[in-house]
Amino acid sequence: MRLDYPSNIKIIRVPCTGKVDVMYLLRAIQKGADGVYAVGCLEGSCHYNEGNFRARERIEHVNTLLDEIGIPGERVRMYNLSSGEGPTFAAYAKEMTEHIRKLGPNPLKNK
Amino acid sequence: MIVAERKPFEEIKELVKEYKKVLVAGCGTCVAVCLTGGEKEVDILKTELDMARRLEDNPMSLAGFTVERQCDREYLEAFDSMVGDYDAILSMACGAGIQFLAERFPQIPVLPAVNTTFIGVNQDIGWYEERCRSCSNCVLGDTGGICPVTMCAKGLYNGPCGGTNKGSCEISKDQPCAWYMIYERLEKQGRLDRITRFTPVQNWENQVPRTLIQPGYRKPEKQ
Repeated sequence: MRLDYPSNIKIIRVPCTGKVDVMYLLRAIQKGADGVYAVGCLEGSCHYNEGNFRARERIEHVNTLLDEIGIPGERVRMYNLSSGEGPTFAAYAKEMTEHIRKLGPNPLKNK
Repeated sequence: MIVAERKPFEEIKELVKEYKKVLVAGCGTCVAVCLTGGEKEVDILKTELDMARRLEDNPMSLAGFTVERQCDREYLEAFDSMVGDYDAILSMACGAGIQFLAERFPQIPVLPAVNTTFIGVNQDIGWYEERCRSCSNCVLGDTGGICPVTMCAKGLYNGPCGGTNKGSCEISKDQPCAWYMIYERLEKQGRLDRITRFTPVQNWENQVPRTLIQPGYRKPEKQ
């Protein structure tokens, strides 16, 4: 398809979004990432039944933790798509990048 | 198991505000099982504190260490060589563990990062329910395995009270009446005669910390 998506995104592959732990997300922000998002299968289509639901729960938990710390929790998001949706993947990547650009850089940078 | 709940982040941050080097001490038994104070939760708290303090331009140095049990001297020994390097210890163990740690290192502030909540059961991952108040006077044999002290809002040993209402407690329709449940279970077991047994009321007054030494474990010098 030769789709373009922003080059500032670093992809970390996991076997299922259910593997995405609270610490992975927190550590990314702690180390200076401006934003983190998990891209999981469509809700109801998880091969492990509830991996993507667990990821969503954890992301919501991280949103709260970050808000408490003083970093906008919305820097962490969850998206869902099916593995055949390349164009949607690119669209979400652009949407997330624009969303984070609006929020500005991670306040922990240079601290 | 003992179930605990993590304190709100603001409260923990306030507890350690004057310290620069803090050791976050986890406990690998009850509080690890209830996902409150094990190795992973120690990591999360450390990360949160690190980020919050860096944001305030007041960074702190944090380390984490989790032992098998903080309520056991055998495991607390592992802290001996490291605590000297820290201004304070933030313990994620239950109240017993925190106090035992504080007793071992009286020269260092030992601060609680969790609220010890109850003795309970694991209903599902991350979902716990209270079942025991450790009253020292177990009557479960007469109550069909349902604890009236924990499950009855008034903790009545001899119930029900006048507030029982078609299976619910007078405090809320969503709160089942413990004595109604006890009646139903004993009836199913054909042991309703047990409900008429009178249990002397517990003397809750003047309670002092309890000690238990199992038979055969008393030290000769303490006899």
